[in-house]
Amino acid sequence: MYSAKVMDHFTNPRNVGEIPDADGVGTEGNPTCGDVMQIFIKVKDNTIVDAKFKTFGCGAAIAVSSMITEMVKGKTIDEALTITKESVANELDGLPAQKMHCSNLGADALKKAIEDYRSKNK
Amino acid sequence: MRKRYFDHVATNPLDSRVFDAMMPYFREDFGNPLSLYALGTKAKEAIENARAQAASLINSKSSEIIFTSSGAEANNFALRGIALARQNEGKHVIVSKMEHHSILNSARFLEKMGFVVTFLPVDKYGIIDPDMVKKSITKETTLISVIHASSEVGTIEPIKEIGRIAKEKGIIFHTDAVAAAGNIPVDVKDLGVDLLSMAAHQFYGPKGAGALYVREGLRIVPLIYGGIQENGRRAGTENVPAIVGMGRAAELAKDEMADRTEQMTKLRNKLIKGVSDIENIYLTGHPKNRLPAHASFTVEFIEGEAMLLLLAAKGIYAASGSACSSKALKASPVLLSMGVPSNLAQGSIVFTLGAGNTEEDIDYLLSEFQQVIKRLREMSPYSKGWGMKGEGGECTVQK
Repeated sequence: MYSAKVMDHFTNPRNVGEIPDADGVGTEGNPTCGDVMQIFIKVKDNTIVDAKFKTFGCGAAIAVSSMITEMVKGKTIDEALTITKESVANELDGLPAQKMHCSNLGADALKKAIEDYRSKNK
Repeated sequence: MRKRYFDHVATNPLDSRVFDAMMPYFREDFGNPLSLYALGTKAKEAIENARAQAASLINSKSSEIIFTSSGAEANNFALRGIALARQNEGKHVIVSKMEHHSILNSARFLEKMGFVVTFLPVDKYGIIDPDMVKKSITKETTLISVIHASSEVGTIEPIKEIGRIAKEKGIIFHTDAVAAAGNIPVDVKDLGVDLLSMAAHQFYGPKGAGALYVREGLRIVPLIYGGIQENGRRAGTENVPAIVGMGRAAELAKDEMADRTEQMTKLRNKLIKGVSDIENIYLTGHPKNRLPAHASFTVEFIEGEAMLLLLAAKGIYAASGSACSSKALKASPVLLSMGVPSNLAQGSIVFTLGAGNTEEDIDYLLSEFQQVIKRLREMSPYSKGWGMKGEGGECTVQK
């Protein structure tokens, strides 16, 4: 059902945890539906230097969280904002159709973390 | 890695003795039971022998057993067949919220046909209150269908009490005993049921074989029209090897039930006791009135599919009623109807034991399960409680 890459990121997730002094935090999802993702970002000179996540959810949700935290590191804020659900899924060699919508929360959580960062640094 | 199978409610492996009984009917004695020559009569005799064996398991007459392709077919047959046969007397049917999809969706089909259906609520253990059944009966009620035991939470329902009420009121009573028959004593006379569904693969028989018990003299509208098989009540050339397998499996289940129950209860209690050492995990279903091989839980702050995948990586096979692990992406309606909050229902996990399981399997399961829970909780934003609100608002789950 899942690609080898999804299984790898699910069973060996990268960047699990919180950043206590994060510059931005974003949360997306609803536990009553199944998946919730929380992403923490650390920003320096308009570049995301670190990212961590906490996720409640299925294998796909955890793999997406792991992958997107890897993808954003080293990207400028503007570059990070170009990440979409599709680009995360592509990096994971695809997700099952029924998981594309409900478990693919990474891009939305990231946008919220960036909004949070921007609102604190106006 | 050794595979440890704890999903017997999904299906059972075939008993080798059942396999041996089935084998001749694939190639040597392959005849059509309707044929008049020896090959046909041999197949016919094999089916009638299996019918007697299946009947004996539930203390019915052979003539009261109709073979079907599955438990789901038996359930569809019972609900539609009786509702339609009695529609001139009334168009109200009572089922419970504990039912399998094959009953619930048949009930919804009847609603579309103009019937009125009552879906009985259940308590926190998933038990249906017989008084509630009584109160739901109207002049229009022709059929009550209540599951014997839940495959999701293991709870055994008060079938005998409901049977008494149905009889008093002259209403036909069906029970879906798919998870019960072959696993706990089931006696149609003692229970007072008019119809009962069962499936062979729930007691080490083959898939593709089920049966509906229909009390003598009861009129039922067929689901499948055609030839005169099963006394004209279920057409289609009989699946002889599967039926033979069902009969043999029923015979073995009856003979060995006491031993199997003792062994399963011992292993299940060990599992439940071991799990109770883990924090924030709850048994679902009734603690006492439950299937001997059934242990089901909800685990706080983590999700079921993720648990299943990590356990599978350790060779442990189990089930879950979480939304993410279901093809429909909906949390188990049974858990929700028992009042389990929907976020907690996501942490559903179900272990169902079988003849192949050992004490050592339970020790291994307990040790791995604890590690899986720990690992997922470390990843969960709710590791310290459900306090953090999700910000997604409305569920965006698509069917």
